[in-house]
Amino acid sequence: MAPITWYLWLAAILFTIGLSGVLLKRNALILMMSIELMLNAANLTFLAFARQHGDVGGHAIAFFIIAVAAAEAAVGLAIVIAIFRTRGALNVDEVNALRE
Amino acid sequence: MPPLTAETVTFFVFSVPLVVTALGVVVSRSPVFAAMNLVAAFFFMAGLYALLGAHLIAFMQILVYAGAVMVLFLFVIMLLSLGDEHLEPERRKPIQYAGVLGAVALCAVIVAVTARLPETAAAVTDPERFGTVKAVGQVLYTKFLLPFEVTSLLLLVAIVGAVVVAKERI
Repeated sequence: MAPITWYLWLAAILFTIGLSGVLLKRNALILMMSIELMLNAANLTFLAFARQHGDVGGHAIAFFIIAVAAAEAAVGLAIVIAIFRTRGALNVDEVNALRE
Repeated sequence: MPPLTAETVTFFVFSVPLVVTALGVVVSRSPVFAAMNLVAAFFFMAGLYALLGAHLIAFMQILVYAGAVMVLFLFVIMLLSLGDEHLEPERRKPIQYAGVLGAVALCAVIVAVTARLPETAAAVTDPERFGTVKAVGQVLYTKFLLPFEVTSLLLLVAIVGAVVVAKERI
C-alpha cells in the first residue's frame, strides 16, 4: 500500500491550502469553503492513522467531524444570509461592528 | 520510494487532481467557480478515503459533503444572486501574505514531524470487515455511544439555529 506518510503530507498540503484561503480571501462564502477544506484535511489524517493502527475508532471520529462540519455550514451560511440582509456586505472586512 | 503498484498509482490519480481543485477553490474569484472546484475536490477525497479502507466514510463524504453541504452553498449563492461588485478585491494587505508564509511554515513543520513516523502499517486484524458499515456501526454504538447521541442534539440545535438566524421574522 502507499505509505501512510504520503497521506499525512497530502493532508498537510490541503490544510495549508485551506488556511491560505482563509487568510487571503475576503468573500465570506469562499472563506467557509476553505474551512471545509481544512476540516477535510483533518479527516484524511484521522483515516490515515486509523488505517495505520488498524483501528476503526478513527472512522467514528471522522463521522463526527462530518456531522460537525454539516452543522457548521448550516449555521455559518445562515449568518452569511443574515449579515447580507442587514448590511448588504459579503466582504468580511466590512463586518467589524464589534471591533469599533 | 515504494514500488509502483496499482495502489500507489491510484493514490496519485486521486491526490494530484485533489490538490489542483483545492487550489482552484482558493484562487477563484467567483463563489460559483470555487463551489464547483470544491465538489470535485470532495469526490477525489472520497476516492482517497476508499483507498484507505474507509468505505463507509467515503460514501458519507459524497452523500453529506458533495451532496447536502454543497447544495446548501449553491442555494445560498443563488439566493444572494451576487453581482460583479461582490467579487473578491484584487488588492490585499501585506499582513495577509505574511499569514500565508506562516501557513506554509506550519506545513513544513507537519511534514518534518510526520517524516519521522514509521512507515509500516500495522496489519489489519480483519481486512474483510475494516471500515464497513458493520464495523464502524459497532464502534459507534458501543465505544462512542454518548458522542453519537450528542451529535444528534448538535444537529437539532444547528437546524433550529439556522432557521432563527436566517429568517427575517418568525
